Amino acid sequence: MEPLIESFNYILQNIINALQRGSFYAVISIGYSMVYGVLMLFNFAHGDIFMVGTYIGFGIATVFLAVLTGLVPPPVIFLATVVVTMFLASWIGVFVEVAGYRPLRQAPRASAAITGLMIGIIFETGILIMLGAKRLSFPPLMETVNYHIGGIYITNVKAMIIIISLLLMLALHAFIQKTKWGMAMRAMSYDFLAVPLMGVSINIIAPLTFAVGAGLAAVAGILYGQAYPILDPYMGVLLGWKAFVAAILGGRGSIKGAALAGYLLGFIEIFVATVFPSTLRDFIAYSIILIILTFRPRGFFGMEHSTKLRL
Amino acid sequence: MRKIAVLTVVAMALAMVLSPLAFSARKTIIKIGINAPLTGDIPKVGEGTKYAAQMWLEDIEKAGGLEVGGQKYEVELVIEDNESKAESAVKANTKMITQDDVLAIIGPQSSKQAVPAGEVANKYKTVMISPWSTNPNTTLDRPYVFRGCFLDPFQGPVVANFITDEFGFTKAAVLYDVASDYPKGLAEVFKQAWEEKHGAGSVVAYESFTTKDTDFSSQLTKIVKSGAQVLFTPQYYNEVPLIVSQAKNLGWDGPIVGSDSWGSAETVELCGEACYGLFFSSHYAAAGAKGATKAFIDRYENTYGYIPDDVAALTWDALRLAQQAIQDAGKLTGRIEKDREAVRDALAQIKDFDGITGKMTFTEEGDPIKCAVIVKINNQGEYEFYGSSCP
Repeated sequence: MEPLIESFNYILQNIINALQRGSFYAVISIGYSMVYGVLMLFNFAHGDIFMVGTYIGFGIATVFLAVLTGLVPPPVIFLATVVVTMFLASWIGVFVEVAGYRPLRQAPRASAAITGLMIGIIFETGILIMLGAKRLSFPPLMETVNYHIGGIYITNVKAMIIIISLLLMLALHAFIQKTKWGMAMRAMSYDFLAVPLMGVSINIIAPLTFAVGAGLAAVAGILYGQAYPILDPYMGVLLGWKAFVAAILGGRGSIKGAALAGYLLGFIEIFVATVFPSTLRDFIAYSIILIILTFRPRGFFGMEHSTKLRL
Repeated sequence: MRKIAVLTVVAMALAMVLSPLAFSARKTIIKIGINAPLTGDIPKVGEGTKYAAQMWLEDIEKAGGLEVGGQKYEVELVIEDNESKAESAVKANTKMITQDDVLAIIGPQSSKQAVPAGEVANKYKTVMISPWSTNPNTTLDRPYVFRGCFLDPFQGPVVANFITDEFGFTKAAVLYDVASDYPKGLAEVFKQAWEEKHGAGSVVAYESFTTKDTDFSSQLTKIVKSGAQVLFTPQYYNEVPLIVSQAKNLGWDGPIVGSDSWGSAETVELCGEACYGLFFSSHYAAAGAKGATKAFIDRYENTYGYIPDDVAALTWDALRLAQQAIQDAGKLTGRIEKDREAVRDALAQIKDFDGITGKMTFTEEGDPIKCAVIVKINNQGEYEFYGSSCP
């Protein structure tokens, strides 16, 4: 009986690990999918928007902790940090759309992809020049408490990451399904030629989409800073690419798919390393995804026609 | 229009042909190349390298230049950023050797860059001293490549012995970056040394990740489950804090032991109290140093505001080794190929060099024979001398 409980705990522990990792992939990959839905292009700067969002969060958190500690309880500081960071970071998204993608709306899509990559590099080197290459340590917004429940370890930070990510996605779902703006975004992704003729301007909907995606990424950045508190200007690259994989796996343009695939990616990564030697983790994990995509090229929830469109 | 184009080309060709004349007309300047990670994954290492080099140059300038064979030469540092990438380190070396005509190169620091960059230096027959690279391949079969520190085949057993003697443990776990030469090499050496001591299978978990990973939860969950008593992780300062805090959050309560890559000044700054009380093997311990070492530490701290880490100290030693080799070479001819060869021969001859990180004599391979120290991170976050181990 004893070994059985132990291996059950082991699996449960890894499920929690995977949920945490998957939360980041899910929230970030949604940003890719939303933009794809509206503009039919992948915003390759999204990983770096996440990075900039994390740095903004770092700045806001540092200021708020210095000014507000003692005056208000920590959860309020946390909430204030999230709200202010989200607001500021969404302007980064607007900036990327207006400065980077809008002039290229009629250009071949490869141009837009290259622009995205270049904006990413500009952000990375921009942060490098402004703040130097020194690593920054994200200040903890709450005291870490480690709970030991029947052989499983879970910190309050971990639980918070999982819960907030889920809440964010539910909020986004409500926004897209229930509001006028969300309806406009859905309409745009359905037919981006006809909808502008109905008086819904793409020049409002596109920046809005970028803003929401960037805001989500920034919250993910704050949570990321709590879980992995070391910041560097290139932190968004690998995470961005993995989230991009999740967006493809979930089906281009599908927000639900991106979220699910994000979690799936987290589970695959964690459990491959659990079962196989960890040296082979990325090799096996991404081979599995390649196989899935070979048999289902449009991803889980992608539209049928989306396989015909390149990139 | 066409005429202008032709004229431009001709003018440029002429300039290229004549430029060596311009160079030869100038008096000989000794150029020392510094290949350091000023940006990228471990910028603190690059900063320490640069600061130590600037201090060294200050000394030379104060003395009115470097005296070789009765003549004083002006010294210039060529500092190149390798972005902590292997390919950039190779590029930096090639540039410094072929374009800047450096007499010798100090760096790169980590093995990931030093191994490939050493290939270039050796090919162009230019002395390269890597102060901090402990991977054997850096100097292996490369007569022009030297280093300022001990090797992993020595460091691995030192750590294994220390853990055995200090704690009496028999089961160890290893977590390392499989995509980087230094952690990978050291992890292998440690595993071998540990299993020689405690029998096959005594390394109960041998887990890896790849550079830029930040989540080690599945590996650490495995390690916690494996029943290991100690975790050895030969990682850099940007990963150590993440590994230590994640391990604690997943229920790890044993000691975590590191290697000389922990020695950066930033490890404790980023890790905070979570790292207090941990041990690692290193080249020198700043707290409680004496003599020339203390003088160096005090001077560095006064100038730059923090206690120098082992990289800075080793860079200082490497520069002084280069300096001595240049002086021992007797005289400079001004013909760079010949001078480089003379410097190499002189460097290989140096015996019992009295460095601030210990006495050094080079072996055939260009590796110094020197002692390792075990450092404890004390409760003030200082690197404290705990014990030493000599070959």
